[in-house]
Amino acid sequence: MKIHEYQAKELLRKYGVVTPRGKACFSVDEAVAAAEELGGKIWVVKAQIHAGGRGKGGGVKLARSMDEVRQLAGEILGMQLVTHQTGPEGQKVRRLLIEEGADIKKEYYVAALTDRATQKVAMMASSEGGMDIEEVAHNTPEKIIKVFVDPLVGLTDAQATELAQGIGVPEGSMAQAVDTLKKLYTCYMETDASLAEINPLILEGNGNIKALDAKFNFDSNALYRHPEIVEYRDLDEEDADEIEASKFDLAYISLDGNIGCLVNGAGLAMATMDTIKLFGAEPANFLDVGGGATTEKVTEAFKIMLKNPKVKGILVNIFGGIMRCDTIATGVVAAAREVHLSVPLVVRMKGTNEDLGKKILAESGLPIISADTMAEAATKIVAAVQ
Amino acid sequence: MSILINKDTKVITQGITGKTGQFHTEKCQEYANGKNCFVAGVNPKKAGESIFNIPIYASVKEAAAETGATVSVIYVPPAGAAAAIWEACEADLDLAICITEGIPVRDMLEVRNKMKQKVAKGGKETLLLGPNCPGLITPDEIKIGIMPGHIHRKGRIGVVSRSGTLTYEAVAQLTEIGLGQSSAVGIGGDPINGLKHIDVMRMFNDDPDTDAVIMIGEIGGPDEAEAALWCKDNMKKPVVGFIAGVTAPAGKRMGHAGALISGGADTADAKLAIMEECGFKVTRNPSEMAKLLKAML
Repeated sequence: MKIHEYQAKELLRKYGVVTPRGKACFSVDEAVAAAEELGGKIWVVKAQIHAGGRGKGGGVKLARSMDEVRQLAGEILGMQLVTHQTGPEGQKVRRLLIEEGADIKKEYYVAALTDRATQKVAMMASSEGGMDIEEVAHNTPEKIIKVFVDPLVGLTDAQATELAQGIGVPEGSMAQAVDTLKKLYTCYMETDASLAEINPLILEGNGNIKALDAKFNFDSNALYRHPEIVEYRDLDEEDADEIEASKFDLAYISLDGNIGCLVNGAGLAMATMDTIKLFGAEPANFLDVGGGATTEKVTEAFKIMLKNPKVKGILVNIFGGIMRCDTIATGVVAAAREVHLSVPLVVRMKGTNEDLGKKILAESGLPIISADTMAEAATKIVAAVQ
Repeated sequence: MSILINKDTKVITQGITGKTGQFHTEKCQEYANGKNCFVAGVNPKKAGESIFNIPIYASVKEAAAETGATVSVIYVPPAGAAAAIWEACEADLDLAICITEGIPVRDMLEVRNKMKQKVAKGGKETLLLGPNCPGLITPDEIKIGIMPGHIHRKGRIGVVSRSGTLTYEAVAQLTEIGLGQSSAVGIGGDPINGLKHIDVMRMFNDDPDTDAVIMIGEIGGPDEAEAALWCKDNMKKPVVGFIAGVTAPAGKRMGHAGALISGGADTADAKLAIMEECGFKVTRNPSEMAKLLKAML
């Protein structure tokens, strides 16, 4: 689960990390009131969407007067902000963060994430703050420093110092930087984050260290023990179909192709998508119905796939293990009837009670095309939609 | 022979009294020598009782001491699953197989580091398979997990995969063209897990009753590449490789918690390329995994 920048900063402040003062706003009037409350001579008007690259996309602007705050807030609020992470259609800006300005002397990058290879927490830092870290990793990998933290021990002073010295934090600000890194680590662990990134972490003219921008992702398996983080969820930032699917315990992700696919198991679902592409078409979605594919779940899955106007055909690929093929076949027939299916449907079933399942499909009177292998199923659905 | 388990393995079921645990324990008992293999269950509140004629003990330690079991299978719900894994380690079992899906990553990080710390201090190593895996099977001998037993056939091909249904797919293809399996192992779809591809490939390499291997991976993480590089220098047997997720978009979690492209090396294309360089016969068509393998024998 992702959250907004202003929520990430709120979380960091709870753990004692210093951030600029600021306020989230939902209207132009609120934005002006927030700037007046903050005082000062310069304000930052920041679009709040979940995608990165907001500055380059025109979603972050400096205002030097109240009139400018009003004008910029009006321009940014409601705009379709296009960044390298939103896709060409962009994301509508519904929230703003109004912040006090900062005296930036130097920008750093710091982050915490779980490292699969070492099974430790990787704390990363770079002197190249404010930039896309993937670019830094690609062009100048030597400018990224990593330490691996044993979760049973925590981030040690020595490790935090290694990071801070490695990115060139001046001696006078060292204690503050070390403290910030340790707080970031604690925050990462205690909130069950899967990514906690401060980019940039800034050194101000007076030597203070501040988090100027922040990004968090959370482990969805751990949200049950963090109601305070679930509160941060912003459904406007998520795909409506994916939200609908999750209500029925379906893992669904919309893609750009025209062949809908419904599969049991994540690995088999990806393999099915790959096979569709191999045989000349593109999948319209990823959809894992999971182990217990009941008639109700299959029906909902069909409805969600068919909401996508690009879908010209559907491929169902089920490996009947514990779930028997005849049960699935009954579900598919009921679902096809209920949604008055009007696009070609290819069903490939394998495993327990396969013959019984095929018989149910054949006797349903519906124009369901049957296939024995994934390759055959893909060939047939690709031919059917052309 | 086989890897990790055989007809003489004695198994403890943690979470035997839950709905999932009961359902699958019964299926496992019905498979091959299962009646003799599943010797104990654990539930502190129901110690002294029994289920399907399997005695229930208060702890894994007690169950192991009373029955001589060396392996446990875990169906405990996510919030308590990491603690169940640790309990199996503290009882010095040889192997813990965690089926549970949805364990918080932090819990897995902590228990994996505790397990490593125990070994570093000279304690006995308990291997972990999973979590979020279908388990493993040695056909006609023993099945520990949730895979459909009847698609398997005894033979000399090893199968290892992160995905459950994709493992079944490979197994069914093999059985269909007359190739049986020595063992089929699901290592699970979570980012922090126990045995990895490389560990299972080592075991298949050393197993005199395995002639060739199908290794199946998916997007996300460095495991398949690591295994391929090891195989390049060490593997004496033919390997067919497949990676799911060529069409997966970057930055999206594809069902499995660990199936996420966050960098170039995570993509299916990158992994397929490394596997091919390392001498695997790779395919982009998952329908021909078994056929390709047969051609290599």
